[in-house]
Amino acid sequence: MPVTRQDVLHIAELARLGIDDTRADALTTELSSILVHMEVLSQVDTAQVAPAAGVGAGGTPLRPDATVAPLMESTLESFAPAMRDGFFIVPRLATHEDSSESGA
Amino acid sequence: MNVADYTRLGAAALSGKVRSGEIAPSEVVVAAFERARDIGGGPDALNIILHSDQDASVAETKDVQQHLDTAADVGILAGVPVAIKDNIASLGLPTTCASRILGGYVSPFEATAVTRLRANGAVIIAKTNMDEFAMGSSTENSAFGPTRNPHDVRCVPGGSSGGSAAAVAAGITPIALGSETGGSVRQPAAFCGVVGVKPTYGRVSRYGLVAFASSLDQIGVLGRTVDDAAIGLEVIAGFDKADSTSSDADVPIYRVSALGKPAPEARHPDTEAMRIGRSPVPLPPPPGPTTLKGIVIGKPKEYFPESLDPSIRSHCERALDRFRSMGAVIRDVSLPRSPLAIPVYYVLAPAEASSNLARFDGVRYGLRIDPGKGLKPMYDATRSQGFGAEVTRRILLGTYVLSAGYYDAYYKKAQAVRTLIADDFRAVFAEGVHAIFTPTTPTPAFPIGAISDPYEMYLNDIFTVTANLAGVPAISVPIGRVRRLPVGGQIIAAHFDEYTMFRVAYALEAALGEEAHQ
Repeated sequence: MPVTRQDVLHIAELARLGIDDTRADALTTELSSILVHMEVLSQVDTAQVAPAAGVGAGGTPLRPDATVAPLMESTLESFAPAMRDGFFIVPRLATHEDSSESGA
Repeated sequence: MNVADYTRLGAAALSGKVRSGEIAPSEVVVAAFERARDIGGGPDALNIILHSDQDASVAETKDVQQHLDTAADVGILAGVPVAIKDNIASLGLPTTCASRILGGYVSPFEATAVTRLRANGAVIIAKTNMDEFAMGSSTENSAFGPTRNPHDVRCVPGGSSGGSAAAVAAGITPIALGSETGGSVRQPAAFCGVVGVKPTYGRVSRYGLVAFASSLDQIGVLGRTVDDAAIGLEVIAGFDKADSTSSDADVPIYRVSALGKPAPEARHPDTEAMRIGRSPVPLPPPPGPTTLKGIVIGKPKEYFPESLDPSIRSHCERALDRFRSMGAVIRDVSLPRSPLAIPVYYVLAPAEASSNLARFDGVRYGLRIDPGKGLKPMYDATRSQGFGAEVTRRILLGTYVLSAGYYDAYYKKAQAVRTLIADDFRAVFAEGVHAIFTPTTPTPAFPIGAISDPYEMYLNDIFTVTANLAGVPAISVPIGRVRRLPVGGQIIAAHFDEYTMFRVAYALEAALGEEAHQ
């Protein structure tokens, strides 16, 4: 299979998705069965082909570097999970129990 | 207003009656809500609408009424009720993308497309069900349950804009907005027997469309008729300062209903507050749907494989015969790299999604699940419990193809093959072909729960996804029924040539008449 259980756990970590053991096994099978259909791309000669990042015409234009007030009809407090003094409140980065977070 | 009358009228006719004072805009909106209630109850409820507020929508008609009372320009969509897919931000109603992670979220700003609808007199009456974050082809992936097909409640309406397609098919609104990344307007349009248009990439501002795959996403329009879709696109198209990928190309008058009628031009307000740029002066309206003399229509062999449902093939052949009888030349063409489109799409779209959906982390808005063990466990818990199975699968797939060791083999390779797919379209149009005709889908609508294999579901997009990868406009038009279920024919045109696409679509609709729904 193109994808191993270890791969799934690794990319779940990168994607910040908590995956339990049962789901990890199922996802290993599912992702492998999808990726096997992508193998056909390797047979296409693209040595002289520029990759397409998009299809927009004329590139991305620049606007004047001027501050524009955000067009908000409601306040951040109306939808933020937790706020104080204009700042988003998040759980602490590290705990004594989880030293792996200390370098974050 | 009588509900039966309401469900028979297109957007141009409804707007005309409102502008002439024959019907009050509030009556039209009430009729829309009555229709929604008529079909919304019972064990076979279609589950089309996620959010609506009748009182607020009726209150919104006061602006339209005030313009009427003062003889001011009320707009091309005066009093026309419109439904909006739930991944397009709208003030006043939630925008949840049919996801638990955005449950109850009300956007503090509005999509430019929605603002333009309102500026032209439309009244937003509902947010519609969809596959979570537009990832799916059946609307079964909604966190709020599947939508059912109005033509057969045992079947899916298609997706991901299944709620918008079903709203139009069920007569709740003549026009609805959907969004496309790989066929999410055209496929449900085909399954529900309505018209669905995906414009050229850049034709419509993406500001306020919740990002899935930014190089592919476009807002599209569903309508009961080609004219409804044409009016809708005319209103929402055009440059927008708030979207750097929107184009300042001319926006022509697409609608045939503009011929000889005193309909106003679509408004493109240009106020700093709305951050909307002006589009250039529109081109003349297209000729009436009576002739296709001088038009060359390409029939690509890759879209008519041996395995194609014989009934769908037969309906397509009938459509091609009608094109011939109206003076068009049918030319066999080839788009040789189209069979690679599904693998390319399912590398690129998940890759972009894995980046775009990183913003849903429980910090600034939406769901937060905090096990009380620090920041990272909060991220993990919020995202794993907030996203459904398909969204999780695609985020992981995207993360995988972008990760070290696989980037060149999958992501960069897929980008290169995308170039080849777009080159195929350019070559065909450069050889004098004005439009390409294909089936919209390989099959009609399938029963709810019938497809469990993810890749088999992805194959639903096999005829639609190439237009997204190439960035060209495409429309699905009803061309008949198979086993009592609607099927669609697809017309694809060159970049920014929606004008020709609509001309061919109008002609096909007129030539088929009632046969399109038989």
